[in-house]
Parts: sequence; C-alpha cells; structure tokens
Amino acid sequence: MNFWEYLGSRYQQVLVDTYQHASVVFQCMVIATVLGVAIGVLTYRRQWAGNLAITTTASILTIPSLALIGLLIPLVGLGVAPTVLALVLYGLLPVVRNAVVGLRGVDPALVDAAKGIGMSRTARLFKVELPLAWPPILTGIRVATQMLMGIAAIAAFASGPGLGNLIFRGISSLGSANALNQVLAGTLGIVILALLFDAAYVLIGRLTISRGIRA
Amino acid sequence: MPDHDQPGTAESRPTETGPSGATEAPHGDAAATSVTGATIRLENLTKHYPGAPLPAVDGVTMDINAGELVVLVGPSGCGKSTCLRMINRLIEPTSGRISIDGEDVTDIDPVGLRRKIGYAIQASGLFPHMTVAENIAQVPRMVGWSKKKVKNRVEEMLDLVGLDPREFHSRYPRQLSGGQQQRVGVARALAADPPVLLMDEPFGAVDPITRDHLQDELIRLQRELHKTIVFVTHDFDEAIKLGDRIAVLREQSHIAQFDTPEAILTNPADDFVSGFVGAGAALKRLNLTRVRDVEIADFDTVRVDDPLQDIFDKLRSGDANELLLLDQQNRPYKWLRRGDLSRVKGSLARAGTLIHDHVTRDATLRDALEAVLTDSSGRVAVTGRRGEYIGVVDMETLLNSVHEMLEADRLAAMEHRHSLEADRARRTRAAQEGTFTTSGEAS
Repeated sequence: MNFWEYLGSRYQQVLVDTYQHASVVFQCMVIATVLGVAIGVLTYRRQWAGNLAITTTASILTIPSLALIGLLIPLVGLGVAPTVLALVLYGLLPVVRNAVVGLRGVDPALVDAAKGIGMSRTARLFKVELPLAWPPILTGIRVATQMLMGIAAIAAFASGPGLGNLIFRGISSLGSANALNQVLAGTLGIVILALLFDAAYVLIGRLTISRGIRA
Repeated sequence: MPDHDQPGTAESRPTETGPSGATEAPHGDAAATSVTGATIRLENLTKHYPGAPLPAVDGVTMDINAGELVVLVGPSGCGKSTCLRMINRLIEPTSGRISIDGEDVTDIDPVGLRRKIGYAIQASGLFPHMTVAENIAQVPRMVGWSKKKVKNRVEEMLDLVGLDPREFHSRYPRQLSGGQQQRVGVARALAADPPVLLMDEPFGAVDPITRDHLQDELIRLQRELHKTIVFVTHDFDEAIKLGDRIAVLREQSHIAQFDTPEAILTNPADDFVSGFVGAGAALKRLNLTRVRDVEIADFDTVRVDDPLQDIFDKLRSGDANELLLLDQQNRPYKWLRRGDLSRVKGSLARAGTLIHDHVTRDATLRDALEAVLTDSSGRVAVTGRRGEYIGVVDMETLLNSVHEMLEADRLAAMEHRHSLEADRARRTRAAQEGTFTTSGEAS
C-alpha cells in the first residue's frame, strides 16, 4: 500500500486527528496568550519581576517535552489534561518575553503624554501600551504556535489527542505495512497545519495592527 | 478699481471676538471667548528626589494670572521641566501647594486634574497607532462628550491649528511633517478646552523655520483663546518672543527674575540674567514688538488682471513712483516702477521686481527689518492670513517706532529702579524694626 492509497483508506482517521491537533494547539495558544500577556502586564514595570518571569518561562522550555509530559501524568493523569498543561507551559515563554520586551519598548514620552492628558493607568495600558506592544506580542504568539505544533505530537505519549497518535503508532509498529505511512501522514499533517496557522497570523496582523505602526 | 480698505484692521486688537459667521473660514470661528484661562499659584513648591543631595526644585513661589503666557527659561538641568510637571502632578511635589483658580489641587485625583490641563510636549507625543482625529478626540471622549460633539470639536481644532480637516482627519502621525505633528499635539492639548495649557519645550524638535511658524501660530492662538499657558524652553529668544512674562530660573529653579520681557532685556536683575539674555539686547528688543503695533501705511496697488492701460495711467499720473502689483488672490506680487513701463510691451510678465519677502501682522519688527533691508524698494508688504495684501511698512516707520520704543523702555527702567530702591529701603526699615517678612522676588 503506498502513501496515497493509505490516505485514501484512512482519511477519516487522519482528518479527525488533524482537527484535534489544530484544536488543542489553538486552545492552548489562547490560554497561553491570555496568561502570557497578563504575566507580561503584571511584571514589565519592575526590572526584577519581568526578568524573573522571562527566566522562569525560559527554564520551563528547557525541560524536554517527553519528560515534562511524563512527569505530569502521575499528577493529573492521562489524556487531555497533561497535554493542555504542557502545551500552555511551553507556549508561555515567547508570549511572556515578547510582551515584557514590547511593553518596555513603548516610548516613555508617549506614556508620559498619555499620563499628561489624563489617562488612567488602565486606559493607558489598553489604549496606548498594549496596542503599541501588540506587534511583538503577536510575533511571540506566532513563534509559540509553531513550537506547540511540534510539541503537541509528543502529547500522544500521554494518550493525548492529535496527529502524534499516528506518529507514535507508526513508530511502535515499525516494519509493519503501514508504519511508515502513518508517520509520514502525521508529520505532513503537522507541517501543513503549521503553514495554515502562520497564514492566519499574517491575516490577524493585517486586521489588528494599526496602519499607523505597521512596518 | 480694486479697493482694499483693509489697512485699518491693523488696529483691531485681541478683543475682536465673535464668530466670523462663515464656518469655512480657516480659523477664527473656534472658541471665540474672552479670557478662558485660570490663575495658577505655586506656593513654596519643592521636589526632593530621594538620594539626591539637593532638591531638584527648591521652594518655587509664583503667581500666574489668568490668560497669561508665562515662560520658564533657564539652562538645562535647572529643574524648569520638573517645575512644570508638578503643576499637573506628573511629578508629585515633595512639599508646597499648587492652586488653580483658587482651588487647591495638591491633593485631588491627578487623573481628573490632568483632564482639565492641556499638555503638549517635545516631539508632539502623538500616539502613532491612532489617526490624527483619534488623537485629538482622546480627552473630550474621556471627559464624556457625546460622539457628535467630539467629532465637531475635532474638525474645529484642526481648523484652529491651521490644518485642513478633510485632508488630515484620518492620517496617521507618521504621515505628517514634524511641524504638522506639533500642531496636532497642540490641538490635542486644547481639545477639551482646558483653562490651563502646559507646554514642555514643544518646539524643541523642529527645524528653525518651522519653529518660527509654530511660534507665530501659538501667538495667534493665544490672542484668540486667552488660555493660561506655562511654557518651558531653554531658548531665551523663544521666551522673549512668546512670553507675557518670563521667569528666568537658575539651578534648583530658584527664580532669578520674573518679569516682562521688556524689563528683563532693559533691566536684568543680576549677572546671571544678563548672561542669559546674551549680547544684542537692543536687537532682541525688536523681537518684542509686532508689525501690528506699528503704523501700517496704505500703498497704491494694481492687480494683474486690471487692464494694462489703467496700470499705465496710474503709474504715470500717480504721485508715487512705484506701484504694488497684486496677483489674482490679492497677494503682493511685484513692485512696478515708472522706469519699468518701457519694458512692458503688452504684458506684465517681464516688468517689475518680484517680491520675495513679506510679513504678517504677527511678525516681529526684527523680521520686518530683515525684509526691508533685503527688499530693493526699502519697504515690506504686510499680508493677512491667506497672504492677501494689507499694507506696507517702510524703513522710516520702523526707525521711528524703534526709537520710541527704546525711549519708553528707558523711562520704564528708570521708574523700575526707583521703585526697587524704594522697596529695598522699606524692607531694610522693616527689618530694622524686626517685622521682616519674606516677599516675592523681583516684582
């Protein structure tokens, strides 16, 4: 059975896995974005706090994904829970780092002007600082998404959802008829998903970054 | 016959209020109120940063009248900006009181306070992700104006600062020149019609020519609006040009002299002030008087679309040797002399001398003198807001007014010295009697 015949006979399974993969990455990214930006907003004003946030999230990223998921299983069990937890943790670093750097990079004169014309702290954050820091934050989200695409495949190790299942099944049955096809289908699926997400981010950037600051 | 009975308007002064009717008029219709400013009183205002050996601002006491433009001028690092930023409490004073219009604002909510105080800074501080209109609309929206009112106000403000609303409304700051950005910055500061306007070296980042225009614009605005403006600069010439009164500050914002520009130029309080005034005080004095303050004479004019024969007749029969040729928009175009007639030959294209330089009524006498010196005819055409001809000023008028001016200054300085001496004598007497009370610095 060649690859195309394999796809033809198993496309339903592949589509379900692809959908679940996309869905878990998307949902984890939403959580990681909200959390990451919140951490950034809470910490960027203080040198030590911002650095602590970046260092902590960076050290999480150094834990091998297989190990992290393995460590999470005894804590939260198998399935969706360890997957989501691990993906959110991994997705934090680029978002937190870019949020802190982006918010710190807003021209102090503009913050001064915002203060000077009578904007409250909240208004300053939502009307001036976040919109100006948004392009780097969006870049962070984009990088994080790319990363999570690959890491999500590991989630199958904890019986999580996604294209990782195909890859793992293929690897564990190497030598059998469809082993290679399964790995190939899983990998290609991830690559295509990653490209589609990236295209979506370009579109989101077009729609959400003000024309006044677009490069 | 083209009629132009405008020169008379040279005498109409700030008090000309009332909307001019037509809303398309580029300016003038906006907020044509009388004095809208508020008094500001700084009382022993001090800022001491923790860890610094000396306070950055040390006990500044200052009374600023409603509708007055006060310039704080001093060398860099003298704390003038700190002083300014304490008025809207961007920097919280360590001690001392601030009152605006008699109300003590030292302890009220700073956010609410700042919405009542316009704030314009160097390099405009416009938000780059918002359009010009959104930038201007910020404060009116925050204080809860209706959408429609905000929209109208934005147009009005753009008109006021001399930018065409249709053209600039939806542009982003980066699509504007430095000077235009600064105008929008001023429009934003004035949008919610605050009684007080604080300006922190607003024209520091633009080129000298644009700066000159912006200064003229500010003078015009202030004549229309009568806000209380506190303006910080390190450029003494700018201070002289703009200020109703100037506070010369030395380090730690100690006030070296707080007085009218005339008094500071003719009678500097001490060596520090005279050092800051610099050389050429008499020339700088020319910056203090505007063309509108001297006599603007009428002059014989013709328009380019007048029949040639009329122009000939006028030139031959008139008592003047010269005529001023105006273009279709009534703007000064050329000087025509009798001798030019021979070269005309059916068209005015080659006759006469082109006019390179003309001044507005807001131009300083220094600008006018410069223009007169460079113009071949020894006089300069005065133009209105749209460049239309109003009248002329010649060398003789200029010389006479300068002489009168300097004479008046000398008298004022003499009187001032007398009053200072009397004051000092009184204080010495009071001190000897043991009832010495600290009074303000130089009055």
